Amino acid sequence: MMFDRPLLRFVPNGTRINFMRGRFIGLATSAVLSIASLILFFHPGLTLGLDFRGGIVVEARTQGPADFNAIRAALAAQHVAAAGVQSFGGPDDVLIRLDTPPASEPDHEARTQALVDSVRHAITTLPGAQVLRADAVGASVSAELFRNGMLALGLSLLMILAYIWFRFEWEFAVSAVVTLVLDLTKAIGFLVLTHFEFDLVMVAAILTILGYSTNDKVVVYDRVRENLRKYRTMPLAELIDLSINETLSRTLGTSSTVFLAALPLALFGGASLSGFAWVMLFGIVVGTSSSIFIAAPILLLLGEKRLRRDARPPARTS
Amino acid sequence: MMYYSRLRMASVIGICLIGLALCLPNVIRQPVPSLPWRQIHLGLDLRGGSYLLLQVDMNSVAADRLRGLQDETRQTLLKAGLGYRNLTTTARGVTFTPRAPEEAAQDLKALRAMPMNVPGEFSVNQGEGGQITIALSPDAARQRAYDAVTQSIEIVRRRIDATGAIDPEITRQGEDRIIVELPGISDPERVKKLLGTTAKMTFHLVSDSAIGSAVPPPGVEMVPMSDGQGTLPVFTHVDVDGADLTNASAAIDQQSGEWAVNFTFDSTGAQEFGAVTRANVGKRFAIVLDNKVIEAPVIRTAITGGNGQITGSFTAQQATDIALLLRAGALPAPLNVIEQRSIGPSLGADSIRAGGYSLAAGFVLVIAFMALFYGRFGWYANIALLANLVLMTAILSLFEATLTLPGMAGMLLTLGMAVDANILINERIREEVARGRSALQAMQAGFERATSTIVDSNATALLAHVMLFVFGTGPVRGFALTITIGIVTTLFTTLLLSRMLMVRWYARTRPSTLPV
Repeated sequence: MMFDRPLLRFVPNGTRINFMRGRFIGLATSAVLSIASLILFFHPGLTLGLDFRGGIVVEARTQGPADFNAIRAALAAQHVAAAGVQSFGGPDDVLIRLDTPPASEPDHEARTQALVDSVRHAITTLPGAQVLRADAVGASVSAELFRNGMLALGLSLLMILAYIWFRFEWEFAVSAVVTLVLDLTKAIGFLVLTHFEFDLVMVAAILTILGYSTNDKVVVYDRVRENLRKYRTMPLAELIDLSINETLSRTLGTSSTVFLAALPLALFGGASLSGFAWVMLFGIVVGTSSSIFIAAPILLLLGEKRLRRDARPPARTS
Repeated sequence: MMYYSRLRMASVIGICLIGLALCLPNVIRQPVPSLPWRQIHLGLDLRGGSYLLLQVDMNSVAADRLRGLQDETRQTLLKAGLGYRNLTTTARGVTFTPRAPEEAAQDLKALRAMPMNVPGEFSVNQGEGGQITIALSPDAARQRAYDAVTQSIEIVRRRIDATGAIDPEITRQGEDRIIVELPGISDPERVKKLLGTTAKMTFHLVSDSAIGSAVPPPGVEMVPMSDGQGTLPVFTHVDVDGADLTNASAAIDQQSGEWAVNFTFDSTGAQEFGAVTRANVGKRFAIVLDNKVIEAPVIRTAITGGNGQITGSFTAQQATDIALLLRAGALPAPLNVIEQRSIGPSLGADSIRAGGYSLAAGFVLVIAFMALFYGRFGWYANIALLANLVLMTAILSLFEATLTLPGMAGMLLTLGMAVDANILINERIREEVARGRSALQAMQAGFERATSTIVDSNATALLAHVMLFVFGTGPVRGFALTITIGIVTTLFTTLLLSRMLMVRWYARTRPSTLPV
């Protein structure tokens, strides 16, 4: 049968790449990228989406190519000062952004909601134009959504730490979570550079990346644990290298399938999902490489003495 | 490991078939009446519609009760012939100074006999300076707040039903919030207006003596006119409450030809209305709606039939809406819209198309990958993948879950991750074959060793998404839910179904080498 045997393979059996020799290069590269991301996080900073920033976003489709002056005039006629009118997607799609009134004013929530109606009225005065989407998020809600988003991120990291600690030794848990935090900073750097808006959907993307990245590390760790029992005298560096090589085919296989699944979403998923999918794709690459180049070296540093100590055979027996 | 009993095979296949049957309602639109008909709902982001998050103004709930308590205190003391000074409300109650210290015991006795809405609602005590305090208990305040939200939900539901909206979803969120989801209504302006009105109608006597005075006497309040033309001093005491209405409708007034709202009281309301109008013929009676005087006609005769009419130079729409609001009842407190999201139908259709194409394309890519890289066992994984998609759809239908755009992304990613378990097993078998094991030994070792890895890796992913489900809102919860369900179905399809296919193939052909 023609589909009986696999036609392609990632790596041949018995591949032995000495990853641990390059561990300091890997760690240094990661450190540089993460520090750069942190700098980007503080300046210029993340582009906060509507969920977290609050405010008003109205997407409208006009008849024929959008006439920005006409739109601005229509908004002005409704006494709306738009913070931004820009094209979006196709030539006849426009995005109108408004800031919320300052939260210090007593009726800012009511005014935020009333502004949306004014924008709607402005759009309906334009011939053939229709509102595709109108969102208005008040200041109290956006603050709460942000807090919940961060809470979900923080608690997930803690739960992952606790689970790996429970299933493995603490060295595994700590190196996994340190690596995840490094992955996280790089994802944030990616968001700053690409200007994708950071909103709840992005938090979901980042959590998915973290879940995927953990998954990848667990598979390598699982093999390290197995090999620790199997090869009682092998030095840890060699043992980790062996484990990575043994799982390399799987690591590349799984990251390819997830990558392939997310790729169409990035290309044709539409405005609301393509950002999510690009972050996923970035995260798959980062998460896969960090298992090999970051998590494993950290495990080696933390476990060099400890993980081998009790396994080493007594000196006098031979 | 390498043996599947008939019963086990039958149950694995059975579950897949049940899953397939549960998917059917999503494909066949016509419900079969005798069968449980559950299907996936499309989220607002796919279907088009509006999402409103409302906050109940709790300060106003508390302030209302305090004002009522102050009014009751005054009435109680007056009825008992007792005097008071400095009657004011504080943050948690009402205080006053007795007219004379020796009256304090009588004051306490009279006030403690006041009716309570819930047992232990307030306590009456005398402080050190001789002041008497009526303090509301925090428990009762919490209960009142909870009741206010419950009641608001009921009123919101009635008002929205009256607009003719289809399948509205109204749910409580947290302590003081209400979520309103309106599929198909992409412009929520009218609904927002209806919900933004408290529609609290009360009838008060006008204090003619206070007209023109700068500071109203105690028990009298200056209330603005609805047309914006100045204010009118009315007694704070509510003579008749609009809550006692049984019906209201918009109609054209025969005499003036203007739009008016006709209303009918229930028996309590009719009795009260009759008594007040009988005792106050010749005086002005103010109709106050949401703290604005709509009109204040002079009472000509006692009105005993329980019918009345409000005329206030309304437009047809205003009269209709006021009638609708009066019928649905007043909100116990004002509602503020703090978040709204509305999506037009064309955008939703675009999203379904984009999501659907991406899902199909991703599925095909993953299937092609598995076939190219894993051969026969890859095809078994693909069969399991298809079953996975079917089971995910089945469970989502069973829960009558809402499919959102991020939810579609979640399904796609689940499919990408699902083959991981097959890859782990296949790679392991490949390794064991390379070590010189026989076909049987290699398959056995592959299943055995890979299982703990599969469970560990899926458990961590599960944890992350459960967190997201707990703390996320709206469409993001849909994403977390699909991934969580996807992880469960993945464990089933890979650990049971695809393994069964591999084992059956081995039992049938007894190969000496494996296609890895």
